[in-house]
Amino acid sequence: MAIVIIDGKEVELAPGERLNGIQAAARVGVDIPHYCWHPGLSVVASCRMCLVETGTRNAETGAITMLPKLVPACQTPATDNTVFVTNSEKVEKSRAMVEEDLLIDHPIDCPICDKAGECNLQDYHFKYGQEQRRADVRPFTSRRREMGETVTLFVDRCVMCTRCVRFTREISGTSELFVINRGSHEEIDVFPGHPLANKMSGNVVDLCPVGALGDKDFLYQQRVWFMKKHAGVCAGCSTGCSIDVEENLDTVYRLKPRANPDVNGWWMCDEGRYGFHHVHSDRRLTNVERRDGESLTLLEWSQVVGEIDERFTKAGRPAALLSPHLTVEEAYLLARYIRSLDAEALIALGPVPVVGEDETFKNGFTIRAEKCPNRRGVEEVVKHFMGRVANLDDLLAAIDTGKVGALWASGGYKHEWIDAATAERLATVDVLVVQDMFASPLLERATYRLPGAAFAERAGSYVNHADRLQSFSWAIRPPAGVRVESGVYWELLQREGLVKPRRVMEEIAAEIPFFAAAAQPVGPLGVDLKAAATAPATV
Amino acid sequence: MPKFEPVLLANIGKPDSYTLKVYEAGGGYGALRKVLAEMTPVALIDFIKSSNLRGRGGAGFPTGLKWSFLPKDHPGPIYMCINADESEPGTFNNRLLMEDDPHQVIEGTILSCFATRATTAYIYLRYEYPTSLERLQSAIDECYAAGYLGKNILGSDFSLDIYLHRGAAAYICGEETGLIESLEGKRAWPRIKPPFPAVEGVFRKPTVVNNIETVSCVTQIVNRGVEWFKSIGVPSDPKNPRDPGSYGPKLYCISGHVNTPGCYEAPLGITCRELIEEYGGGVWKGRKGKAAIPGGISMGLLTEAEFDTPLDFAGPGRVGCLGLGTAAVVVMDETTSMIDFLHNSCRFFAHESCGQCTPCREGTAWSLSMMDRIKAGKGRLKDLELLLEIGDSIGIMPGTTICGLADGAAWPIKNAIRKFRGEFEEYIKRTNPTGYQVTDAVSALPILALH
Repeated sequence: MAIVIIDGKEVELAPGERLNGIQAAARVGVDIPHYCWHPGLSVVASCRMCLVETGTRNAETGAITMLPKLVPACQTPATDNTVFVTNSEKVEKSRAMVEEDLLIDHPIDCPICDKAGECNLQDYHFKYGQEQRRADVRPFTSRRREMGETVTLFVDRCVMCTRCVRFTREISGTSELFVINRGSHEEIDVFPGHPLANKMSGNVVDLCPVGALGDKDFLYQQRVWFMKKHAGVCAGCSTGCSIDVEENLDTVYRLKPRANPDVNGWWMCDEGRYGFHHVHSDRRLTNVERRDGESLTLLEWSQVVGEIDERFTKAGRPAALLSPHLTVEEAYLLARYIRSLDAEALIALGPVPVVGEDETFKNGFTIRAEKCPNRRGVEEVVKHFMGRVANLDDLLAAIDTGKVGALWASGGYKHEWIDAATAERLATVDVLVVQDMFASPLLERATYRLPGAAFAERAGSYVNHADRLQSFSWAIRPPAGVRVESGVYWELLQREGLVKPRRVMEEIAAEIPFFAAAAQPVGPLGVDLKAAATAPATV
Repeated sequence: MPKFEPVLLANIGKPDSYTLKVYEAGGGYGALRKVLAEMTPVALIDFIKSSNLRGRGGAGFPTGLKWSFLPKDHPGPIYMCINADESEPGTFNNRLLMEDDPHQVIEGTILSCFATRATTAYIYLRYEYPTSLERLQSAIDECYAAGYLGKNILGSDFSLDIYLHRGAAAYICGEETGLIESLEGKRAWPRIKPPFPAVEGVFRKPTVVNNIETVSCVTQIVNRGVEWFKSIGVPSDPKNPRDPGSYGPKLYCISGHVNTPGCYEAPLGITCRELIEEYGGGVWKGRKGKAAIPGGISMGLLTEAEFDTPLDFAGPGRVGCLGLGTAAVVVMDETTSMIDFLHNSCRFFAHESCGQCTPCREGTAWSLSMMDRIKAGKGRLKDLELLLEIGDSIGIMPGTTICGLADGAAWPIKNAIRKFRGEFEEYIKRTNPTGYQVTDAVSALPILALH
């Protein structure tokens, strides 16, 4: 068992664990400031902010021998009996010097900088910097340079940590960014005619420890200290990246990747990152309506749930189309409701949107062609009730042969998901309920039009392409008039109180072996269901 | 005139000294024949180790020891890089060897490759040496034609290819790992160590980087023997078993305010004063010396009183300089302003800092902006403290940078201000009588077009 000593505190490392000084120190709550080091990128040890004193402890005598010079903690492996001192005067002096160096050319335009509030340069300056400027006062310069469609560079704010350059070389593999000039004239740039244009470009903004790289989508939209972070899961594709949804007063301003070694590492793609604007689209449905022939009647949610329940019971032969945008809990509750009306009712998986092909980047990060977050989860729910994965074709066949009297179709798709011809066939049922975010050919033909929720408004669990279940809670409240699906289904089932996704998941885990591993509360990194799903088969 | 019989420079001055014909006439490639016939690579490494030959490029690392760091029985290729990116200000000894005796260099390269089992060697040549480029290339061509290079050299089972690579004129490419990066076609940002080049160098393969003069010494040691080599120079300190001593002849470059500047061969350990008097012809115009750079600008400064310092690997360090460096002595006479000297030095390092590590990138630029201001008559006494603080805090010795460029930038600052403080203070007070005591931040001079 390797023991590392940090500022006198001992840290025990697991066998085979390879950490550097920064990581080992973090174990005992010691923050070693750093710019250039990032756990997802190669080590360059060039910013020199993480300089610490190091030495070794003699295992037998306990005597400690220190190295005379400072070393970068990022480059120094934490091996057995390594000693790190991170709070000596020498270390603090060196940090102050690096901070001072970085601020010589910095415009110090925090009041107009998007990064202010979450900026390492700013934070470290207050923590470790000099109180007064000693370098000569420079004329203010703040040059802006376009890197590409998504990212802009504020040249003078850069501290030359080269994280962004390494990202495009090592992670996206596209190598658009590089360093021009030499010495203190160095700048980040792109070649003329070769802008930063890859589907992971937004990550360089997250990587930037200062305000140099700006996200054009987010630029000047919101001050970071006003926003709240909510751990979520990206609904853009079946990779299901762990994300933070950042919002203020029920408006989402940006999505950021949340580190998850089992899913996305530290990254997310631009498609997911910028793919949240539909949440605040003015095309969102907000009215509950009933169609009688050509006329539309505006209803209240308080009336409509009971009314639909009555109509469904009366029509008989119910069926449900479960969208792969529903959470596992929602899919289960809707299926439960439909089955409570008719034990043989058809439960079908809705259309799974597929666009192009999977795209894999240099480090293995993949954008999936399947543009929905929960095909696997809904599939397993359908399988549980039907014994197989029934889909839209099965539903259409049943409708065409008159086996369906009432249909509940759930949407939640960002883009057009159903054509007029299919909608026409589905609409031949007596009662058609459609809950969706946007108008569609099917919605036009629905008996009841219910406005549905977007991903940031839902709470529950998604199962990604690799059968990893991740639970999340809602980030924003839906717009006025919209009710989140889970609440509607809960009411239809006439259950007590408010819906709690965790309770529902416990019920599902007890009932469906595939979800057994989710019986216990799921951590922020999710849980791999595959092992649990295969275990009963081998018993 | 000098009593020392030149060895490394023996061919210099002969007509057509750079041709194979002339080199062979003087016994050239005898060392190679001898080694191929009589020695194994391991024996050659031990032979060079026993000579205590130290690298001539600046750091003075024992050459044999460096070779022995290569992994034993390495299955893949091992590369030899010859550092001919001679860009330390004041230094031109490699140039002389490459221009006028390229075959000595190539023979040394072949021997070094034989010892290290390298089958490919790259000579990384400074951009500004077009004549060296021409003569080295024609010497390499001659060697291929004569069977000294290529497959099965002189009928042995040893094969070697030498490639001449011309740099693009950057000081940092002379740093061992910066050179490697540049050779690989990348930006010459020195690498973090470990891994050291002996384990992972050019193209991620074990690599040795040696200086031009070092490999030339290898040729001469094989020709004349270890005894001869050790009879010259300063023996190792008996009290320090790890001191490899300073043996052998050394090419000293002397320039600046002397009567006969040039590159001269002398035994290691000659004092700066002897060098100036015997080889440099004394300080010019009948003036007195004021200071001298002991071995390239990055080594710091010797004051006139310190001119008796022996220029061996340990000597300059005893008077507060960084080391022997490239043994390029630049002499300044009594009329020279140390403010000008330091300004020039700061300008050089601010221009040449590769910009990778924050303390060097910003420290060198910061010191230049202060020197600009001081020179323009807006200096403050506080600037001297700041300059010293920068000088003391940048470099691999305090541990704040990856490579030694910052140490080279720091030493002139430290030495100039500490050894000539009175002159600096006097200058600042005289030129800025109203503001020399200011301690608050002041406005930077409009940035001058320096680069």
